[in-house]
Amino acid sequence: MLDTNHRIEVPEGIEINVPLAGPTVRCLAFLIDFLIRIGIYFIVAIILNVMGRFGAGLISIMVFLLEWFYPVFFEVLNQGATPGKKIMGIAVVNDDGTPVTWSASIVRNLLRTADMFPALYLTGIVSMMVNRQFKRLGDLAAGTLVIHRKTYSYSGKLPEAKPAQIKWSLSLEEQSAILHFGERMSQLSEARRLELVNLLAPALDESTAKGRLAKLLSLANWLRGRR
Amino acid sequence: MRQEEFEHLHAENWQQFKQLLDEYEVRAKRNKMKAVDLKRLPEHYRNICHCLAIAKQRQYSPYLIEHLDTLVLRGHQIIYTKHDNILVRVIEFIAHGFPRKIQQHLSLFWLTTFVFYGPGAIMFGLTMINPELIYSLVPVDQVVSIESMYDPEQRVLGRERDSDTDFYMFGHYIQNNIGIGFRTFATGILFTLGSLFFLIFNGLFFGAISAHIVNVKYTSTFFPFVIGHGSFELTAIVISGMAGILLGWSLIAPGNLKRIEALKLAAQNAIGLMYGAVLLFLIAAFVEAFWSSSTNLTINTKYTVGTIFWVLVLAYLLWPRKPMISSEASSGETH
Repeated sequence: MLDTNHRIEVPEGIEINVPLAGPTVRCLAFLIDFLIRIGIYFIVAIILNVMGRFGAGLISIMVFLLEWFYPVFFEVLNQGATPGKKIMGIAVVNDDGTPVTWSASIVRNLLRTADMFPALYLTGIVSMMVNRQFKRLGDLAAGTLVIHRKTYSYSGKLPEAKPAQIKWSLSLEEQSAILHFGERMSQLSEARRLELVNLLAPALDESTAKGRLAKLLSLANWLRGRR
Repeated sequence: MRQEEFEHLHAENWQQFKQLLDEYEVRAKRNKMKAVDLKRLPEHYRNICHCLAIAKQRQYSPYLIEHLDTLVLRGHQIIYTKHDNILVRVIEFIAHGFPRKIQQHLSLFWLTTFVFYGPGAIMFGLTMINPELIYSLVPVDQVVSIESMYDPEQRVLGRERDSDTDFYMFGHYIQNNIGIGFRTFATGILFTLGSLFFLIFNGLFFGAISAHIVNVKYTSTFFPFVIGHGSFELTAIVISGMAGILLGWSLIAPGNLKRIEALKLAAQNAIGLMYGAVLLFLIAAFVEAFWSSSTNLTINTKYTVGTIFWVLVLAYLLWPRKPMISSEASSGETH
């Protein structure tokens, strides 16, 4: 598949899929965070301004903390996501898929300086482009991944139809493909469904496209175990 | 077993597990969870892993596999979270871990010290001989502003300031100096070049300014001012550079490891050094803002205390320490 999936093996001896987040979505997340920080500076500067030089000192400390540790703070305490990442639905995890640790997050965020070099995150973007897992330098050194947060929940969407026994032997892969088609049907337009099902025209013993669709659905129901 | 039957058999378990996850992932709800439920979490998790393995093996529909996959990932993140007691580790790190880390890389420490002070000393000498040389490194208006800071006619030192601005300067030093430290470290990943650049540049800058101050005979204000926090700040810059060089060197000479693995390992080491450097920078900013700039103290007091600071810092870092058996665990990261 062309998906940007990355496999992680868990100690239970199975592999799980994590979808990696690419440069575009990460840049957008960065921009959102950037705007949020600007907003915070603006508000705090107005408030602390009345405190004169002491307030200016506080502002300096705050700028320092926000510039360097804003992402660290959120990534560790907020399930790997700064507000910007949260909005874009992505999160930072360790290479083994566990929640990002303090030191890993600090490494990846301090190394932003190197990723920014010489301007506009050029080094980081180039690094993401050449790396198979979209890692910028900070991610490489810290051993972290940026992934799309998975929220998928399954409810068995295969439309009901009268199950029909399959007359030929099918490989597991072929069975899976038919089943998948049945479950995805609701997401496809009518024209696309018919177009896809027509590919199987020689195998399906029906004269009309609609008939073939119904037949395939019956087969899918059979494969799923309905009798 | 057909998928329909399989789902039917396990659906209730999956649903329960999903509910547990939903509760656990929200901090407020997690604290209210019953102990019984928490204990059931690992059992459920193993069960789901098992189901996923079976579903994959039997090529059940991709949607079902994706569903189980998502549940496993969410469970994995909870079950395998790395826990540690951060307070104990911070204290241990300050007491032993940080100096031990420096001593592990002692030759690198001396090398970095040389890279920083060497060019500085040469620049100092050259600027003494040829005072005009400072203008080739430092812009004229910056020279003028530095001169005005340390003019003995001035009542206040360091920067022109009112008495209530110590805190302002504290904030400024934190933002500015620690920023320099971080940049010195981070750019080291570019095959050590960035760290070397910042070390040498800052060394040259400091050497040139010192010599210029001597040339214009402002020594009575400048050196008492810088000696107080210099021990912390200059050492912190050296350590930042050292951490950066560790990073870059792992890419140049990864040894028996793949470059990427060598880099990860070096980053774990280097970040420990950076924690220590930040500590030193913070102390430096504090001393610089509230002590060095004070005009009530005599020059002798400042020289004495400054010297004591230097001795303390070097003794703290270089006094030999017993290697700990689990030194990796205390100073490193992974558990």
